Amino acid sequence: MKPAPFVYHRARDAVGATRLLAELGDESKVIAGGQSLVAMMNFRLARPRHLVDVGGLRELDYLRTGPDGALRVGALTTHHTVETASDERLGSGFAVLRAAMEWVGHLPIRTRGTVGGSIAHADATAEWCLLAVALDAEMVALGPGGERRIPAADFFQGYYTSALDPDELLVEVVFPRPARYAALTEFAERRGDFATVSTVVALDLRDGAVHGGRVALGGVAPLPVRSPEAEAVLARGGPAGPELFTACAGAAAAAAGPPDGVSGDGDYRAALIRELVRRACEEAVSR
Amino acid sequence: MNDTTAAHQRATGHGRPTTPGGAWIGASVGRREDPRLLTGRGRFTDDIQLPGMLHAQFVRATVAHATVTGIDLSAVLDVPGVVAAFTAEDLELGDITARLGRPASEFVATAMPVLARDRVRFVGEPLAVVVARDAYAAEDGLEAAKVSYEPRPPVVSAARALAPGAPLVHDEAPLNTLLDVSMFATEGIDAVFDGAPHVVRVRASTGRQNALPLETRGAVASWDAREDQLLLQTCTQVPHQVRTVAARCLRLDERAVRVVVPDMGGGFGLKCVVGREEIAVAAAALRLDRPVKWIEDRKDALTASFLAREQHYDARAAFDADGRILALDADVVCDMGAYSCYPFTAGIEPLMASAEMPGVYKVPAYRVRGRAVTTNKAPTAPYRGVSRPQYVMVMERLFERAARELGMDPVEIRRRNVITDFPYTGVNRITYDPGSYRESLDLCERLVREEGWYAAREEAAAEGRHLGIGYACFSERTGYGSAAFAQRKMEVVPGFDISEVRMDTSGAVVVTTGTMSHGQSHETTMAQIVADELGLDIAKVRIHQGDTDRVTYGWGTFASRSIAVGGSAVRLAAAKLGEKLCRIAAARWELSPDAVELVTGGIRRRDGTGEVVGFPELADIAYLKAHLLPKDVEPGLSATATFDVFNDGTFSNATHGVVVELHPGTGQVEILAYLCVEDCGVAINPQVVEGQCRGGIAQGIAGALFEQVTYDDQGEPSATSFMDYKVPTAHEIPDVLIRHLQTPCAFTETGAKGAGEGGTIGAPAAVLNAVNDALRPTGTELDTTPITPETVQRAFGRTVEHPS
Amino acid sequence: MTDTAPRERQLITLDVNGERHELLIEPRRTLVDALRHDLLLTGTHVGCEHGICGACTVLVDGAPARACLMFAAQAEGARIRTVESLAEDGELSDLQRAFTEHHGLQCGFCTPGFLMLAEGFLAERPAATKEEIREVVASNLCRCTGYQTIVEAIDDCAARRRKET
Repeated sequence: MKPAPFVYHRARDAVGATRLLAELGDESKVIAGGQSLVAMMNFRLARPRHLVDVGGLRELDYLRTGPDGALRVGALTTHHTVETASDERLGSGFAVLRAAMEWVGHLPIRTRGTVGGSIAHADATAEWCLLAVALDAEMVALGPGGERRIPAADFFQGYYTSALDPDELLVEVVFPRPARYAALTEFAERRGDFATVSTVVALDLRDGAVHGGRVALGGVAPLPVRSPEAEAVLARGGPAGPELFTACAGAAAAAAGPPDGVSGDGDYRAALIRELVRRACEEAVSR
Repeated sequence: MNDTTAAHQRATGHGRPTTPGGAWIGASVGRREDPRLLTGRGRFTDDIQLPGMLHAQFVRATVAHATVTGIDLSAVLDVPGVVAAFTAEDLELGDITARLGRPASEFVATAMPVLARDRVRFVGEPLAVVVARDAYAAEDGLEAAKVSYEPRPPVVSAARALAPGAPLVHDEAPLNTLLDVSMFATEGIDAVFDGAPHVVRVRASTGRQNALPLETRGAVASWDAREDQLLLQTCTQVPHQVRTVAARCLRLDERAVRVVVPDMGGGFGLKCVVGREEIAVAAAALRLDRPVKWIEDRKDALTASFLAREQHYDARAAFDADGRILALDADVVCDMGAYSCYPFTAGIEPLMASAEMPGVYKVPAYRVRGRAVTTNKAPTAPYRGVSRPQYVMVMERLFERAARELGMDPVEIRRRNVITDFPYTGVNRITYDPGSYRESLDLCERLVREEGWYAAREEAAAEGRHLGIGYACFSERTGYGSAAFAQRKMEVVPGFDISEVRMDTSGAVVVTTGTMSHGQSHETTMAQIVADELGLDIAKVRIHQGDTDRVTYGWGTFASRSIAVGGSAVRLAAAKLGEKLCRIAAARWELSPDAVELVTGGIRRRDGTGEVVGFPELADIAYLKAHLLPKDVEPGLSATATFDVFNDGTFSNATHGVVVELHPGTGQVEILAYLCVEDCGVAINPQVVEGQCRGGIAQGIAGALFEQVTYDDQGEPSATSFMDYKVPTAHEIPDVLIRHLQTPCAFTETGAKGAGEGGTIGAPAAVLNAVNDALRPTGTELDTTPITPETVQRAFGRTVEHPS
Repeated sequence: MTDTAPRERQLITLDVNGERHELLIEPRRTLVDALRHDLLLTGTHVGCEHGICGACTVLVDGAPARACLMFAAQAEGARIRTVESLAEDGELSDLQRAFTEHHGLQCGFCTPGFLMLAEGFLAERPAATKEEIREVVASNLCRCTGYQTIVEAIDDCAARRRKET
């Protein structure tokens, strides 16, 4: 389990990184924290000829809040930085991100793994991908032609496939609106593993009543997906309580039609969706 | 039998006996292994660096069953950094063949070539060894190897293996059966079943597991020209057996092979058989005349190493109206994979199950058929517990099912059936030495009750939650001597152990033992035994093992034999040395040897007069002033002793109690409490015994709930990483409350019984029973492990609406 | 044979346990291999090479990290600490003492990883609860102990440190 040979390049800045990527072509790969990539390289499931290391670009390690209420997360911010961020740094209404970090691998993975790396890797069960989809994040990609912003709905395209071009570097993730009543929850047979099923629920909650919300699911498709059926139940609204949440969860489960996988067949995944969406609704309310 | 809990608590003062001059045995002496392991100064196989050392990896089969039509390594040699590559043809090695002395109708011996020649039988089977400048280049080399196959239909399950017309894994083994024994068959057993008021049946299967030492297998082979000897440094539980096989395969005298075992990162049985790779690496080192290192990577460790535990039972038990068992009839099929392991053979699992299945219960009539079948999966080795986790699980399921049918309490039905009068000779013709079966059961139930779990179960039920309580009551035969192994008709009969104790002129002693610690703390516990016997401070005692040139002979460590057998040899050798010291001291005082005695630090007159003469002073005479020795005493201070067990061995026992909560929404099984009441006779070091219990229980839980090696229908292994092979973490493994009972063994030298495997044996049964207890409202009963969340969720999904 | 990139070596500098080392290595060399086989710091172990078992856990700028999931080249400029740095003047550190007192190790293969995991975690969270410690201990695999005594050792060490300050 030793990686195949590659040529190592260290980027001096973000623009330099994109220039390197453009120069080296599609046999090159960006490495940030490397927590997924190096494992795949050790198995020789990934074998880039060139590795462009952006790990030293400290200018991409930040959490910025603005007057518009958005949270901008630098691509090289680690999971652990988010996990340990103060309310002030995180901004009002983003506690869901901090709470979600407990589900990302284990501490030694979170200290190295980055938000941008996780999203660019586009694993269908990864927490950041799910959060991005659920919370309508925008991905800021820097390429030879400058920056472009890609909405989450367009960003994820399939198993480990994103809208990033080979010469583009993901530099920032923007969460446009606070999500005060939101929660991520998931289930894996063993703590810290990739989830069998994961979900994010974000509720529009006012005066004890739900006036709409978002439900995103991971592990049910090649990419994280929203559940329009479950969101329709939330949009009809009602008191924040078991009746509404059970209905929402049921709608998500009925519509998901998840594929058979190693950890459980379709029926079981549907049952997990039902349970997890309900739990996430309850947790979202309790924030 | 004494409840030693209080005594144990008193004895856990760290690092010393509790009272000055008190016994080292029975104290939780701090481990002497720890300082080097805690500071990174242990020396494991992969830590060895030799000048000019090369690195090996193996070209492995990519199909489960095929005729090999060609191996082309020409491109391998062009890969930068690759130094050499060898096939079986290049190395001309003898095969590894394990045998039983049984008729052909019962056992078929099959050869395991060191490197596969014209046939491969499992994905991962080694075909060629590539040797390179470093481990990276060696792996580059593997990618350049070209192997051509003519595929054969793979045999991927025991059921398929036994089906008429199934393809043959070994042409010499009809019906893919390597062992087929029918035993005991008490006369009239069918009539007992016909006439019994209650007959229950359990059909159970257990998943294939990997013992999974965290350190993978590995070896460093080098030729020592000065000693005219191959030095094979390898992590094995059985160094002398590796020497024998290496010498035979390489066609060397045994003296020309020295096997040395560095620190070892666990073994659990996986390393108690002789592997093929270490022999191939030795051959490559000889061929190249350079040191060669091989460290198995995790992918190979998960797919191409030795596995265990995949068994299928169809068992029936007859009971009378009072819940007393009348008869037991079992059919046991063990899926042993592609090859018979050396020295135990593929018979190891079915023979263990067949001989010992009645366990702690008074079973009047018994019949069993045990089979080992060969399949196109990685071969097996005797993993911690060997069949006992499985047959105990089946027995405990039979009793639980009978209890349900009779409307009895599950503990009460066990109470009526456990052996209470010892020695007890069972229907399986094994004589059980005294144990505390009934007492452990009673105490465990009492603890579960005192901890409030019965009440909690009721409260939970009222709230619509699902708590379950499960037990397993079992024994574990330990201290197998030559007699017990000979009964299995092994051609290579393990059993005895040899120890040498040698004192130097400073009064310090070096002790050799044929056992092989790989985490069990022998450097501490064996030293405790010697310190007690000679009245020495433990700091003066050094244990040596794992060097075939330094240790006369040894069978290594497996089957919980080390303290019971090895510890006894160590004590006898120390006692012999003590006698010699007494004779020297007595001669000096012109007394008879009976008139002096060993005390802490030396020897004194029995009448208490005069001074204590210290060991250095006596050693001075033995070595440096030999002219002062009496005529019948030889110079030097060393003594050798052997120990063997001439009866059926000694039985440790335990009862485990488990409380689980099932979460219907996800199917998650959460262990709320785990209690263990164990009796391993005299505990040399209670802290070490508890460590063995807890570690064993964790592995048992792993088998019950998490770990399974699976294959697709072409024999391709599907668990190739730790993502798929789910070794549980601290999040899944609960704390374990342990209580000790102590029924000393009458025939080991310290009163100790073995303690290595019990935890692993009891856990699957106890967990499975607890899950089934919690599943009661669903009407579903589960008899197959691992229990997955999906199975549990489905049981609820079918039957009850869970509260939200 | 699969087409591969050229195997050029590069010169890197690593700061390990306060010492600077220059190494000429292939860029594909992982940090754990560089530590073990180039610097001969063999206390850090290799258990899986895919980031799950944690036997290779070291501190990178004070934070626990998997040395099998980093290339040595990525570690340039960082301060690396390994198990060899814990004991001072031949005296076991309080954390190491707690492990031996609680029998938190048997074969000892996973132990350096757990020690560095705990060392990094307690430095950041000295007031960690036992449950938080258990969650962090769940980062690494141990096959011998059943984890209980590892959790107890770290909890005890944390409690003693709190008492002293």
